Amino acid sequence: MISKNESFSDALSAEKKVVFVAKKDLPALFDSLWTNGFRILGPTLGEGAIVYEELNGVGDLPIGWTDEQEGATYRLKKRDDEALFGYNVGPHTWKKFLFPPKHRLWSAEASTNGLEITEEKQVIQKFAFIGVRACELKAILIQDKVFLGGEHVDPVYHARREDALLIAVNCTQAGKTCFCVSMDAGPRAESGFDLCLTEVLKEGEHYFIVEIGSAQGAEIMANVPHSNETREAEKAIQTITAKTAKQMGRVMDTENIQSLLQDNFDHPRWDDVASRCLTCANCTMACPTCFCSTVEDVTDITGDHAERWRQWDSCFTLDFTYMNHGHARTSAQSRYRQWMTHKLSAWFDQFGTSGCVGCGRCITWCPVAIDITEEVSAIRENQTAAKPTSS
Amino acid sequence: MTVKQKPKLAVWKFASCDGCQLSLLDCEDELLTVANEIEIANFPEATRAVIKGPYDLSLVEGSITTPHDAERIFEIRRQSKFLITIGACATAGGIQALRNFKNVKDFVSIVYANPEYIDTLKNSTPIADHISVDFELRGCPINKYQLVEVINAFLNNRKPVISPHSTCVECKLKGTVCVMVAQGTPCLGPVTHAGCGAICPSYNRGCYGCYGPMETPNTKALSRRWQELGVEKPDLVRAFRGFNAWADAFRKESETHE
Repeated sequence: MISKNESFSDALSAEKKVVFVAKKDLPALFDSLWTNGFRILGPTLGEGAIVYEELNGVGDLPIGWTDEQEGATYRLKKRDDEALFGYNVGPHTWKKFLFPPKHRLWSAEASTNGLEITEEKQVIQKFAFIGVRACELKAILIQDKVFLGGEHVDPVYHARREDALLIAVNCTQAGKTCFCVSMDAGPRAESGFDLCLTEVLKEGEHYFIVEIGSAQGAEIMANVPHSNETREAEKAIQTITAKTAKQMGRVMDTENIQSLLQDNFDHPRWDDVASRCLTCANCTMACPTCFCSTVEDVTDITGDHAERWRQWDSCFTLDFTYMNHGHARTSAQSRYRQWMTHKLSAWFDQFGTSGCVGCGRCITWCPVAIDITEEVSAIRENQTAAKPTSS
Repeated sequence: MTVKQKPKLAVWKFASCDGCQLSLLDCEDELLTVANEIEIANFPEATRAVIKGPYDLSLVEGSITTPHDAERIFEIRRQSKFLITIGACATAGGIQALRNFKNVKDFVSIVYANPEYIDTLKNSTPIADHISVDFELRGCPINKYQLVEVINAFLNNRKPVISPHSTCVECKLKGTVCVMVAQGTPCLGPVTHAGCGAICPSYNRGCYGCYGPMETPNTKALSRRWQELGVEKPDLVRAFRGFNAWADAFRKESETHE
């Protein structure tokens, strides 16, 4: 939830309170959210993966399931316990709720006075996201900058984000494509949440350490049975997340990454990756921070009614750079370079942050397993092969 | 008050199954509106009444497979102000282009009792190999909503909203989980032109490539991945030799695995 009085990033950094909630009392959290008018969205099993959909109760969570990931591979697997959040991030991102894949912006009717344009009304949505990982939380804060940070606030995003309640979950394990540690984005959710859960399964006990990050979070927790004993909480969270941090399947060396990519514009590695890249756009669609869209105008057959729609687009499509003289980035090489250089370098100039949170989705969901961490390493290790550029 | 002259529509058939032109009749909800805005002047599947050309808009289905058809298409072009080819046969040669990889005479003698009556060309080819085409609508069969969109764009003098990017984008917009990544199912989606709405992956199947190659298909990289998933070369050849076997990118890829 974005506080009315504070800026987004420090809204929730007020003094944190920590409580314990037994697993059996988790349904009360759902009840409390519903009582407060929220729609609960979170992880659930679907189509052979853990996806984000509306939840109708704790039972909809992927209880006892986990996933195994590698480049171009994702498999569900049964756990040998009943963990509720014992898996890594899946194919979906929260942006599908905050920045809908397809959205009508306005419609117009031809009338005797010309065109009558009706803007799409934005209804404030009360979303409660449960199970937001640290990397995803950071991705949401990055998209906040993109859509809300500048002079022009995006009304579609704003209507969905303003009242969104973020219930984070600290990762108790990392996947083989995870590298949030390299991107300083996890595995512990530090701020930006209303509530943050750390799941503990130990010696027959199953409970959650709940960090309260906002007044709204505290209000929700008021109706959830909990104990206030907090002595060992901080230590337990640190132990769990430190263990996760050690399991990162990937590493990205980000030292001087801005200049590294800018100075290696002609590196032969770009041709190499282009020979493997399908330009299918999966990486950008799966990325939690990619925000590009296109607008399309459609008419009905009579021509009396027109609509303008916005939908996700990608720097990997040709039409993305179509201008009156043609397409600006025709080669796969130029498109991959654009995506990666924007994500890891130009994003700093534009938004003061990296565009990558190390969630690993672009690695897992690339059909041919192109690995952004490997591409960075290849450019870094062999910089001399690049033509010198004047700086 | 002047009465608005309705544009005249003609629908033409070459070597094909008729499925694509029937998509127009399949547009149940939109059909009356379409008929209201356009004069169906020559459409034998719909009516025997034929109004003479020239036509404002011609929809051409099917591929060129006979010397007679290779002549007939020129006359149709001459009679059409705007000509749109519809479906994999018209845009890529269709499934019947499989004969292009063999000697057609061998088939003729096997299939027909009196091969001497058959006058056919060596290859089945797309319409655009013979005449200039104003727009190609892909698919086997075409998507009826895309057909309405193309007619609609023509009527309203605008560019049709038809995206040439990969089918993957359609999966991602719908939230469909990638079948290749999550299940190891070989899928042609990354090299296939969008348009069907990613039907097969929505039903847990890999894409069959019915809409032909996307704008910049990297078939080589996809084939490499398929082989890692255990697909053998003969199956790779068959995968690329579907309804769009003669489309350049698919044809070349299938030939490298023969």
